[in-house]
Amino acid sequence: MSVAAREPGVVIEQVPIRSRRGLVWQTIRKRPSALLGATVLLAVLLAALLAPVLAPYDPHEQVGPVFGHPSWSHPLGLDDGGIDMVSLLMWGARVSLLVGFAATFVSMVIGGTIGLTAGYFGGRTDTVLMRITDYFLVIPDVPLMIVVAAIWGPSLFHIIIVIGILLWTSTARVLRAQVKSVRERVYVKRARALGAGHTRIVFRHVLPQVAPLLIANTVLTIAVAIFDETALAFLGLGDPSRISLGKVIENAFQRAAISTGAWWAIVPPGVLVATIILACSLVGGAIEDALNPRLRVAHLAARTFKLRPLVGRGPEAV
Amino acid sequence: MKGADYVLKRLAFAVLTVFIAVTINFALFRLAPGSAVTNLARVPHATPETRLALKRQFGLDKSKFEQYVIYLQQLAHGNLGLSFANSQPVSHNLRTALINTIPMVFLGTLFAIVLGTLTGIVSAWRRGTLTEGATVTTALGFYSMPTHWLGLMLVILFAGVLPTGGMSNEFLINPSFWTHVEDLGKHIFLPALTLGLVLFGEYTLIVRSAMLETLGEDYVLTARAKGLKPWAILRRHALRNALLPISTLVALSLGYIVAGAILIETVFSWPGIGRAVYDAVLQRDYPMLQGAFLVLTVSVVLFNLVADLLYFKLDPRITE
Repeated sequence: MSVAAREPGVVIEQVPIRSRRGLVWQTIRKRPSALLGATVLLAVLLAALLAPVLAPYDPHEQVGPVFGHPSWSHPLGLDDGGIDMVSLLMWGARVSLLVGFAATFVSMVIGGTIGLTAGYFGGRTDTVLMRITDYFLVIPDVPLMIVVAAIWGPSLFHIIIVIGILLWTSTARVLRAQVKSVRERVYVKRARALGAGHTRIVFRHVLPQVAPLLIANTVLTIAVAIFDETALAFLGLGDPSRISLGKVIENAFQRAAISTGAWWAIVPPGVLVATIILACSLVGGAIEDALNPRLRVAHLAARTFKLRPLVGRGPEAV
Repeated sequence: MKGADYVLKRLAFAVLTVFIAVTINFALFRLAPGSAVTNLARVPHATPETRLALKRQFGLDKSKFEQYVIYLQQLAHGNLGLSFANSQPVSHNLRTALINTIPMVFLGTLFAIVLGTLTGIVSAWRRGTLTEGATVTTALGFYSMPTHWLGLMLVILFAGVLPTGGMSNEFLINPSFWTHVEDLGKHIFLPALTLGLVLFGEYTLIVRSAMLETLGEDYVLTARAKGLKPWAILRRHALRNALLPISTLVALSLGYIVAGAILIETVFSWPGIGRAVYDAVLQRDYPMLQGAFLVLTVSVVLFNLVADLLYFKLDPRITE
């Protein structure tokens, strides 16, 4: 809780949702599942970033027999090109995470702008923008991604853009709903009365309030983007010159890792993708749950109907 | 009166969405610089006359707008062009593919809806217990796995026990009806199970959060205060209301089913519409890709419309 929130002038307002500063961090710290997710995510991120230093072998160099068995020197065995799987996974995670983050950034810029604009200005702007969002929501993303990626040709940049321009709908909708309610708060009206411009109100007063929701949405979108990259790569639309985790799975599938019995070439990349997606879901889901007042007001433990203790659950308890 | 308004609005939305999808479909393939159809007229060493003839043959000498009108006219007649790969009408190829896809997707989705709903309810009802932890972890696990990878894992697990590719055993000569059905059942099991498991994760999470929200409502507290049995509260008060958001979210997951079908049919060589998309991408068979995209989009829009109308029927409060 910030110092500013304790000043009398601010507290009188009784903002329905309390100071959200630090809420993301608090949520992650308080929930074991979210903490686990964040830790895993951080570990994968570090391993991927430090791949040039940490990876034991070159991901382009043959260091042993084709589909070599796991051994002490190669804990996860070798792939169809005799490349060390551990090194391959670290470098692959690098590309997958890059696609995940970059595509999510594109999607956040589009979805964030549309959501903020629609929610803040309301009226006709809102109607038009939300109508557009509705259409995008109905058109199935993955087939459209496949068509666009097939026409544009496979490159990392194209994949990032294709995923980014199709993932923003949920962000726009979620954000718009939240902005609409924040816009009506007294302090926003007061700021407007004091002569603050739209830009200042949006960036000083509205955006900080919706930031945790945006962060939750970002983390969840990263998961979807990584999933989509894996899918596109599997369909042969990945960048042929970059190894991503999706590409590793595709390679193993195409080069008959399964019929060779080389499970180590195909199980670990999928486990890694699933782990990243799971970690993102845990973190994003926990923040969303913490922000959802309807879940917090669940005053009954469903099975026993015992009253839930509402005090002592930290600042997010109402 | 308001009800008719709502139905009309949803219908108009669906029609307009299909129209927009058709336009995107046209624009993607014709307006993009250096796109497929333009490339056709770029034969190496072609004389200007040849190029002109080719352009004329494919109607590329006309203005974009004229091309668009012609495209719409052809579409209205059900003409989606000829496949580059086998020179068959695209509509014919798609019809065969769709007939193969529907049973697989139907079985998988049915499995997911039944199991996902039950697990989701149990999970929400036993909030804070070990059951909740176990169900949520399982659901999240399946939800996080890349669809095609899960399929490949099932292939590893069931290789030798069940067929892992194709739709029927081609070495069966003149099989009797029941042998044929049994053969089909064996082939459909793994692809349908893959789709079912992925969707199961998603549906469990959806149902669980919808149930948790309704269980927190005041009318549930009231029902409890009246002394109703837990079972009655669950069934009559919580579940009934939770079904509303569930039906919408399930409809929204249709796009996901479509994506899943593409990946699953690729893994299991299931000759359906998803496999058609994959083959079209590999062979750069643009008329097929265009047609398949259209069919997938239209079916998702249609099912969304059905869900909207169903929602309206379920919830009389909707008058928007």
